Amino acid sequence: MTAMHGGWRAIYWLYCAAVLAFLLVPIAAIVPLSFSSGSFLTYPLPGWSLRWYAEVLGGGRWLKALGVSLTVGACATALSVVLGTLAALGLARERGAWAAVVKAVILAPMIVPVILIAVAAYFFLAPLALTATTTGLVLAHTVIAVPFVVVPVLTALEMLDPNLARAAAACGATPANAFFHVTLPAIMPAMGSGALFAFAASFDDVVIALLVAGPDQRTLPREMFSGLRDSITPALTAVATILIVCSTAMFLLVQSLQRRARRAAAARTL
Amino acid sequence: MVFFVAPLAWLLSLAVREVEVPRALPRTLVALQTWQPTQPVPDAAYAALTQDLVDARAASTLADAARRLNYEVNGVRSTLMRAAREASGPDAPRADAAFFAAIDPALASPAFFAAVQRARGPVSPYYLLAALDFVRTPDGAIARAPPAQRIYIDVLLRTLGISATVTLLCLLMGFPVALLLTQVRERVADALMILVLLPFWTSLLVRTAAWVVVLQREGMVNGLLLKLGVIAEPLTLIYNRVGVLVAMTHVLLPFMILPTYSVLKGIDPHYVRAAGSLGAPPLTAFVRVYLPIAAPGIAAGSLMVFILALGYYITPALVGGGADQMLSYFVATYTTDTGNWGLAAALGLLMLLATLALYAVAHRLSGGRTLAVG
Repeated sequence: MTAMHGGWRAIYWLYCAAVLAFLLVPIAAIVPLSFSSGSFLTYPLPGWSLRWYAEVLGGGRWLKALGVSLTVGACATALSVVLGTLAALGLARERGAWAAVVKAVILAPMIVPVILIAVAAYFFLAPLALTATTTGLVLAHTVIAVPFVVVPVLTALEMLDPNLARAAAACGATPANAFFHVTLPAIMPAMGSGALFAFAASFDDVVIALLVAGPDQRTLPREMFSGLRDSITPALTAVATILIVCSTAMFLLVQSLQRRARRAAAARTL
Repeated sequence: MVFFVAPLAWLLSLAVREVEVPRALPRTLVALQTWQPTQPVPDAAYAALTQDLVDARAASTLADAARRLNYEVNGVRSTLMRAAREASGPDAPRADAAFFAAIDPALASPAFFAAVQRARGPVSPYYLLAALDFVRTPDGAIARAPPAQRIYIDVLLRTLGISATVTLLCLLMGFPVALLLTQVRERVADALMILVLLPFWTSLLVRTAAWVVVLQREGMVNGLLLKLGVIAEPLTLIYNRVGVLVAMTHVLLPFMILPTYSVLKGIDPHYVRAAGSLGAPPLTAFVRVYLPIAAPGIAAGSLMVFILALGYYITPALVGGGADQMLSYFVATYTTDTGNWGLAAALGLLMLLATLALYAVAHRLSGGRTLAVG
């Protein structure tokens, strides 16, 4: 491939640039619209204003939806970090057919279509009178969030030198001591990035929120979904812009966590 | 785990279970035990049905059973309810064929009693057959549904078609980018990677909203094309198939680029160089050496995109028209709106089986590595 000729190489670069533009331009295009002073979503903008941000942040349904999303996301994240880490600890220790089956089941929500999880959760929560409750939504979100914790924690545990725990035991540490002072610090970065992914999974979900949640659990994505269904207003683009800023911040946080984990792993192998 | 496996198993069991009719019409089923659909309907069955209707109406189990039978014999839902009302009335009528025929000839037909008999439970393939556009004829044979009612095969083919197109588009756009990432210096690759990952992290709804804004009638694409004089009239780019394909490709493209990149990165550049030093022209070296090594990984990535596309609900629901709705949409509609849970479960079962089968193939192709993006 190094021998590609100048002309072809330029075309190739242009093509790739076009693909990347396809990925980024639509997202970027929505940002200026949110600062428009008019109420139509067309360029050129009639003028600049922050009125749509005032509308979104001034209270009402958008702020309420954000509150619901943050609450549900935080609860689902906490629950899935605890459950996911415990599951990963168990899976790292057990070998054999059963462990493989359990692992497949725990990771399955990553590939099973969300709509099936949502419908199943609906049927399951209905007889327990948990549909249209925050508890029900948190439980359903935990199902889709747990794999995002299990995968990185399990990887971190597998990279962990088993001699470390043995060394701790040889130095007289109780198993609990060894866990809290040796194992836990080593898997902390993985738990952190798992937690961020878990939060993102819950925060981004619409399908489960549509089926399981009631009028009191209108999450931000669900509010956006109905906004997109009816008529799209500049207020929606303001929400979208805020979300783009948040997700970019989250992304940079995850990147730095992963880099730190990689550096820690590199330091251990040295 | 309890909250995932148990609900899913319960959901899938709904695809084959029959509860409504045995619960509401137990005596009728007993009366029909030895009856063959080719024989005339026994008088005892009418008497039992009248008894059952009165009791089921009192226990409010009749509505579910009537709805279930209505799927097979159109129109009996309301007439069954009426028969129950009249049979429960003060001047109790004679419980015979004439009574039912007067309300609705369908209620006195062998076809109706055959449907009751087939729904006797505990399991029946009715919903699964319906999901594949098959029906039972009154004599119990399996036949294709009348053309006007064949919708699910269409939906299934449409879902597969959209998914395949999206996968192909992702492959055509994603592979060159993944290849480029392996060829540039590491710093540049890191920077380009961020450009791929940023949309990946952006909320699905934000991205869908962006496409609605860009593709709408007064949107940027139409504005640009009008200004350039390429078109005279704004094109309809959204709420149709074009919108679905564009938006879904946009959402799924990072899922193609990321695994493909990790596969390509693992290929030793020495192979291609060795082919070159043996006299192969660059294109030949690429096609004969590089691609065969990369193929399983690329195929696994493509299958992953295909699987994800199969289950899509939000994007087609928002940017598609009525004729662009995929399988997920029908599962959701049957669950929440029409309450035909059996059919929702049967369609869901089809979807789950397709997903798992494809995943197994992808898993093998990728050499057993977990294809998790993250």
